[in-house]
Amino acid sequence: MAEQTQAAIMSKPNRQRLGTGLTLVIAGLLMLVLFVRGTQSGQTATFGMNTGGAALMIPDLVLPVQPTLYTLIVVTVFLGAWQLARGGIRSTGWLLVIVSFCFVAAFLIWATKDGSFNLVGMLNGTLGRAIPIALAALCGVISERAAVVNIAIEGIMLIAAMTAVISATLAHSLVVGLLVAILTGAVVAALHAVLVIRFKVDQIVSGVAINIFGTGITSFISSRYLESNIDVLNNSGTFKVMSIPLLSQIPILGPIFFEQGPIVYIALLLVAVLHVLLFYTPWGLRTRAVGEHPKAADTLGINVFLTRYVNVIIGGMIAGIGGAYFTIGSVGRFDQNMTAGKGFIGLAAMIFGKWNPIGAFLSSLLFGFADSLQVKMQILRVPIPSEFLAMAPYIVTMIVLTGIVGRAIPPAADGTPYEKQ
Amino acid sequence: MPAKKDARKSPGSTSSDATPRPVPQSKQPAETSGELHREIRRPSSAWVDNLLMPALAVFTGLVVGGLIIAVANDAAITAWGNFFQNPVAAIKASWDAIIQAYSALFGGALGNPADIVAGFQTYFATGQTAGLYKAIYPFSESLVLTTPYIFLGLAVALGFRCGLFNIGAEGQFFMGALGAAYVGYSITTLPWFIHLPLALFGGAVAGAIWGAIPGYLKAKFGAHEVVNTIMMNWIAFRLSDWLLNGPMKAVGYRPVTSTVEATAELPRFFPDPLRLNWGFPLALVFALLVYWFLFKTTLGFEVRAVGANPDASRYAGMSVMRNFVLVMTLSGALAGLAGATQVLGTDHWVGQGFSAGYGFDSIALALLGKSHPLGVVLAALLFGILRGGATSMQSLARIPIHIISVIQGMVIIFVAAPAIIRWIYRLRIGTAEQTVLTRGWGK
Amino acid sequence: MTTVLELRGITKSFPGVLANDHIDLTLEQGEIHALLGENGAGKTTLMNILYGLYKPDEGEILVRGEKVDIHSPNDAIARGIGMVHQHFMLIPVMTVTENVMLGIEPTRDVIFLDKSTVAEHVLEISKQYGLEVDPDATIKDLAVGTQQRVEIIKVLYRSAEILILDEPTAVLTPQEVEGLFKILQTLVDKGKSIIFITHKLKEVMAVADRITVLRGGRTVGTVSPKKVDPAKLAAMMVGREVNLVVRKKRAQPKETALTVKNLFVRDVRKNLVVRGVTFDVRKGEVLGVAGVQGNGQSELVYALTGLLPIENGEINVLGKTVRKLTPRRVLERGVAHVPEDRQKYGLVLSFPLYDNLVLCNYYLPPFANGVSLRQKVIIENGEKLVKQFDIRTPSVYVNASSLSGGNQQKLIVGREFSRPIQLLIAAQPTRGLDVGSIEYIHNRIIEKRDEGTAVLLVSSELDEILALSDRIAVMYRGQIMEIVDASETSKEYLGLLMAGIAASQTAIAGAKPKKEVKEVERVF
Repeated sequence: MAEQTQAAIMSKPNRQRLGTGLTLVIAGLLMLVLFVRGTQSGQTATFGMNTGGAALMIPDLVLPVQPTLYTLIVVTVFLGAWQLARGGIRSTGWLLVIVSFCFVAAFLIWATKDGSFNLVGMLNGTLGRAIPIALAALCGVISERAAVVNIAIEGIMLIAAMTAVISATLAHSLVVGLLVAILTGAVVAALHAVLVIRFKVDQIVSGVAINIFGTGITSFISSRYLESNIDVLNNSGTFKVMSIPLLSQIPILGPIFFEQGPIVYIALLLVAVLHVLLFYTPWGLRTRAVGEHPKAADTLGINVFLTRYVNVIIGGMIAGIGGAYFTIGSVGRFDQNMTAGKGFIGLAAMIFGKWNPIGAFLSSLLFGFADSLQVKMQILRVPIPSEFLAMAPYIVTMIVLTGIVGRAIPPAADGTPYEKQ
Repeated sequence: MPAKKDARKSPGSTSSDATPRPVPQSKQPAETSGELHREIRRPSSAWVDNLLMPALAVFTGLVVGGLIIAVANDAAITAWGNFFQNPVAAIKASWDAIIQAYSALFGGALGNPADIVAGFQTYFATGQTAGLYKAIYPFSESLVLTTPYIFLGLAVALGFRCGLFNIGAEGQFFMGALGAAYVGYSITTLPWFIHLPLALFGGAVAGAIWGAIPGYLKAKFGAHEVVNTIMMNWIAFRLSDWLLNGPMKAVGYRPVTSTVEATAELPRFFPDPLRLNWGFPLALVFALLVYWFLFKTTLGFEVRAVGANPDASRYAGMSVMRNFVLVMTLSGALAGLAGATQVLGTDHWVGQGFSAGYGFDSIALALLGKSHPLGVVLAALLFGILRGGATSMQSLARIPIHIISVIQGMVIIFVAAPAIIRWIYRLRIGTAEQTVLTRGWGK
Repeated sequence: MTTVLELRGITKSFPGVLANDHIDLTLEQGEIHALLGENGAGKTTLMNILYGLYKPDEGEILVRGEKVDIHSPNDAIARGIGMVHQHFMLIPVMTVTENVMLGIEPTRDVIFLDKSTVAEHVLEISKQYGLEVDPDATIKDLAVGTQQRVEIIKVLYRSAEILILDEPTAVLTPQEVEGLFKILQTLVDKGKSIIFITHKLKEVMAVADRITVLRGGRTVGTVSPKKVDPAKLAAMMVGREVNLVVRKKRAQPKETALTVKNLFVRDVRKNLVVRGVTFDVRKGEVLGVAGVQGNGQSELVYALTGLLPIENGEINVLGKTVRKLTPRRVLERGVAHVPEDRQKYGLVLSFPLYDNLVLCNYYLPPFANGVSLRQKVIIENGEKLVKQFDIRTPSVYVNASSLSGGNQQKLIVGREFSRPIQLLIAAQPTRGLDVGSIEYIHNRIIEKRDEGTAVLLVSSELDEILALSDRIAVMYRGQIMEIVDASETSKEYLGLLMAGIAASQTAIAGAKPKKEVKEVERVF
């Protein structure tokens, strides 16, 4: 008897099945209404597959607009109908990934109709725009794995962005700028660490205070000094793109991943290194223990406070690199509030990436994509106001935070101060 | 009398009291509980926690700001360069810089006392108002700046009471202003007693929507309101860029809205250029309303219970989700009203960058005011004065206005970490527990 | 015999409480030394001092005759002292190996964790001492008994000679307790020395070589189990003659108040933890739900009180079938709930007592008038209940956080019992309380039963279940093994049910004891 009911229970996610099925069908119809209308048969969309002077040019991708759109719509509606009728596809996450892909692809084709669009260039931009978000997310991962919520990332990046450009301009050395940014990140993060660990200030409050302080002090210095002494203080130049020999010659992937500035490579390296450190070394084991069950770690002689200090400060150094990217990594000067919420988006990427370095990086790419796309769309003169396109990364962040796609469990002790007694 | 009642209320609300576990011998004779209560509350402790500590936090913030001013002063830097020749001059130069900056600040905010006295004398002697108005202009401006701060502080404080961190008051403020402006300029045929409330309502609704969305996402999906309200801010900025350049743009080349109709304006108390208007008393009324709501109604009881312990509140039959949505909606509405009074009473139109900085300021003053409506009003007054004076400090002492944000950041830190203040001033009194305002990313 | 450990004059005070007052204790090589005392007697504080978690105000510690300073668990571990905590110090998302190696991780290639070496070592220890465990299993998938073995392995992996076990039996079935005692015997046979902390008399009588009794932070004395009887020990523990029995009349069951049919519930992590539970409770009787913690009892209670959604099944409360329960609907039907986690669910610690006493009915007259609260009535109500339920507090204006555990529980009981109720759901109502409070709460529950209230009592203390219940349902892995008449069962039989051994599988199935038990020994 119990077994029967159990079977009945197992088939209960009916509502969810109906929900995703319907969502897919509606998405398909929406694509029909939004994108197919207004296209004519015979139109094509051209996607550039090369950037600059790659040795191995591959032909541009020329797609017929209407047939491609119909294919994408059919795929979406078919998946939806399948899910409605039969269920069976367990992973709602993957379904949503597929439908999002179809939707974005359809949008791109519609936007590019009768024109051409450099796809690889956009993806290259995606990585570039993902980097500060990824570094912010890594900072979050490292702190929160030790159970310290660091919402001060935005402020850390802002201050580091400024110190980087000033020191780089003064020293005529971008490397000095980068090192100063790292140091700045460490110092500001240490302030956060002292406040929340030593003084047990509410972690969010401390983060907000540092953000306010960071906005204030950078704007103060900017309007007091930088604006009137641009060449002396606020004109550093930027890291040049470093093509990696051979690798950058790979079609498509080469220009995306291996024609970037040094900070991008540092970030990619950090993702891998932090992943290994976190899951395969004593430091990682202790960090995770402190984040999950600090009391247990304490009873085994692990210094909970020290672990947290170290992690928050390392996180701050990573965020410092992220800050440097805004100035010496991309535009070569500091503007007030130039981080524009990227630190917070990084936190969303961290959550979406399940507090995992690689996951955080991959979800940063999602935000980078949304950001890069909106910039490129403005060039294509899509009949959507640019301001709405510019909302894309923020809206994506909010959708991601709903946890409809893959909900993760944060480290058990995340955000709680440790009372040693 | 109300103050006393309030003190009674505060142990529950601010949890500022950490009475040690009663040791067995504390068998009190059965007195009237009111008297007993006073013994236990140790009034000195409440006084320290709720007044002295914030005051010291502000003072310390000003001192730190002063140091930054001194460091940023050219004359002072030059003097320090010659420190070994003339150390006194170096210290004096820094001191002068600080004094100059702060006297510009407070003079710009409160006006010159002598002028004010003279203004009153002339007024009583001759009935001439021009001198008086000129003298009280700075203070009037400070109160004008205080008005949105009161609303915004109440908005953030209300969120805190329910364990929610509404960091998006800035966006809600902007949306409220746009909503009020739209109702204010697009409708032209209504009498003022309908048009004005309608415009205020429009602002409140626009802000409420902007607050309700993160509230709903929090209640339904557990999505953290801090990130979401920040995102809503950015969306509000982009949306307002579009509105001010498109649908809501006034005739002309500047990206601003049309001026609201006279029927939608909040009347001013004095002739131009004094802008003090009915928005200020309205803000005070709303402070009272929020006080009543939080401490005297069943809904407020729920809000506070949910904020203090959501699990126990759910156990006791309250709907945590409903409270989250309700509070974020009301919080957004208050922030929206801030925007509405700013437009209808002070500016009469909305332009880009309208809300800059208000969001973060409001967090600082809610914390400073201990999330209590009365505290918020006092903190708002202080911030209004700081902001009012900052402009004159910028023009008179060449100190960028952003120093105010630096001071506010410091004030938040000092308010949130009373241990630092106690350590700096070697205080041994006061036993405030840390108030837990928010929780981690989970639900 | 050599003395391996000596504590002299250990004193420790917390704000307002003197937890340890000049305590002396000696531990001989190869003995099991029981530290007996009721909740709040200072046992755990003393052991946390010995383990370096707390710093003593006064006193000294000697290990093998040498005076030592223990500032941190590291110092304790270095001196060969290991501790198995009452609340396991295991990280649920990690494996057994990871938990064991944490803090002293061996590495290979300089930085990489060497898990395989540790896993081998774990297997070795597990063989040597009969502590069966899979090194690669994740902690959260393990049964409580197995988790405890992991804790012991952790201690042995660090080559501890002195083992402290803090209330190790609280979470075990009677049979698992037997198993643990065998392990302890093996350990002392191999030369280890053990301090065994407990508040259960029978256990110390069964296993200890010597017993030191603590009361109110002081040493009462050290005795040999051969020379005392339980009544004497109880008197030493509580400081007065203790009435070892709960006196109650036979139950007079009336109509059914709660019917549960084939109930399924998922926990917050979406695991199905209540799987097809069926029972009913009648007015005027106590139905006890026994079982080792974590077998779905908590979720059963949360589902019945609307705190967890029901996956499937039917609940009929007071004659009305309810599909979708919300806590408020449940409360308004006349159900009282004494929650197992009193600080999480039962109280708003930062609210004053009077607000806590109207937490469930603040919106109803006489406490509210429309939307506005009637502060005066609420405070008067608080003062009345504080008197009526003997809550020891300086006033009703203090916050609930300032009360002791027992008084916090009385606060909840006061609030719940003062409402007009017909069904009482009490989960672990006396956990962590002192004897006085336990007595008080037991008597109140029986009083409610005799007034004709239906009582559903969930407890992992088998003695408490036996003392109060009229019928007993035993839960194992989300299902009810059997519902037995309290007067026709024995602790041993219930223990087998708790371990998941059904009646048909047991040898004693046919031999259910049939004696009339009217007076049952009280628990401590």
